[in-house]
Amino acid sequence: MRGPLATLAGLVLLAALAWELPVRLLGTPAYILPAPSRILGVALGRWDLLAPHAAVTLLEIVAGLALALGVAVPLALLMFARPAVERLLSPVLVASQAVPVFAVAPLLVVWFGYGLASKVVMAAVIIFFPLTVSLLQGYKSCAPAYRVLFRLMGAGFWATWRRLYWPWALPYFFGGLKVGVSVATIGAVIGEWVGAQQGLGFVMIQANARLRVDLVFAAILWLSAMGLALWGLVGWLERRVCAWRMPEVGGAE
Amino acid sequence: MIALTNLAKSFQGLPVLAGVDLEVPKGSFTVLIGPSGCGKSTLLDVITGVCPRDAGELSWEGRPRQDLRDAAAYMQQNDLLLPWRSLLDNALLPAEVAGRDLPAARRKAGELLVRMGLAGFEGHRPHMVSGGMRQRCALVRTLMFERPIILLDEPFASLDAITRRRLHRLLLLLPTDFGRTILMITHDIEEALMLADQLLVASPSPMRVRGRWRLAQPKPRRPEDPELLRIRGEVLALLEDAEGGA
Ligand SMILES: Nc1ncnc2c1ncn2[C@@H]1O[C@H](COP(=O)(O)OP(=O)(O)OP(=O)(O)O)[C@@H](O)[C@H]1O
Ligand SMILES: [Mg+2]
Repeated sequence: MRGPLATLAGLVLLAALAWELPVRLLGTPAYILPAPSRILGVALGRWDLLAPHAAVTLLEIVAGLALALGVAVPLALLMFARPAVERLLSPVLVASQAVPVFAVAPLLVVWFGYGLASKVVMAAVIIFFPLTVSLLQGYKSCAPAYRVLFRLMGAGFWATWRRLYWPWALPYFFGGLKVGVSVATIGAVIGEWVGAQQGLGFVMIQANARLRVDLVFAAILWLSAMGLALWGLVGWLERRVCAWRMPEVGGAE
Repeated sequence: MIALTNLAKSFQGLPVLAGVDLEVPKGSFTVLIGPSGCGKSTLLDVITGVCPRDAGELSWEGRPRQDLRDAAAYMQQNDLLLPWRSLLDNALLPAEVAGRDLPAARRKAGELLVRMGLAGFEGHRPHMVSGGMRQRCALVRTLMFERPIILLDEPFASLDAITRRRLHRLLLLLPTDFGRTILMITHDIEEALMLADQLLVASPSPMRVRGRWRLAQPKPRRPEDPELLRIRGEVLALLEDAEGGA
């Protein structure tokens, strides 16, 4: 764990230097490309401005995640339990991914308004697909021999789901969730670009219009930090819930 | 009594069971021995309805049956332990699914694990213990089905000779303990001679029952018993003859 983190920190530092030095030497104006030191300064210094907007965006993402979960979990289960439903829906699902999210954002604003709802739906639309697909794949990957065992025990579908399918699919579920939270920021921000009075996406649009490129970058930094934190949180949850998958260090095998 | 008559099964037109006739008297320990790949596991799969039979009759206590799924506990060749459950929780699975009283089941499973030599490993997950320990846990889980028939597919395949002998003694207690009817598959002729009330020898694929012995010797038995040695010779002759004829 220490190794990759240290490597990442080193790379980030190196990239920042490779950015900072030319900007300083060439005297590039801050309204075109601000130096990393200045962006960091704004990101931390304008905490008072950014934090409330970040909270709004975070709320949109988390609510979007909850909505996506609320749809993906039952849907994946339905598609797994009823192959006819899967045959019917999977082409629709795949086709839906061909529709660019940007294209539907203005419509969502029309339907759900300029408030939170349209952004929550936007985030949910993005998260929902990887979640459903990975969960379904997890269910389907369950080894037939285990299903036979449960059949021999006389277990019905729900008993089997609780004790076999769900735990079996959990690692897949977390895989989908990780993808989901890392793309969820995109959904929320696009929603805010199209029309909003709050959120980091709103800050970016406003700052861009005023040539406050440093503030745009600062908002991006906050967004990335939020995405990373969510990703880390999901990873932490996964390690706790799926501990059985991770062989203990120095243990057998 | 379990009675199979003329049981047949093919996979993609290839016969695996070619008219199997056998009887397992109630409360008896029947051992089926046969060459690898002859269809022993397939026979148990058909008996339990894991895969349907093509032809033949199956009955239990005189009544014809489609399969013995709800009357039998089937220990498959593969241990099939759930990797996210501890050994104890794996053993508890049948009781959980059947909705039996859990504290009582937990006591019973814990006791059986200890008798199988797994004391201190109840909380370990399957990947942390050896293949032989997993197999013993799977055996406990099979006993926890609490069904009148027990079908065992090479339950001691990955155990050392000493552990094997200890488990034989344990298994010998079961029919009187639990009033169980057991059909066990093995490759190991010594094992068969120690355990069987009835010993069946299977032909190479496609499988039939080629020989049958009744062993009335009281258990636990001594391997050097002359009657057992005589039967051992006959069984070996039949198995080798079968291999030559294949
Ligand atoms: N599901 C299946 N589909 C196709 N062929 C199968 C299937 N199951 C078993 N067979 C075939 O049936 C034959 C008997 O297999 P089976 O597993 O019953 O043998 P076995 O006597 O248990 O062998 P072993 O002692 O090695 O466990 C093999 O040739 C195998 O390839
Ligand atoms: Mg087999």
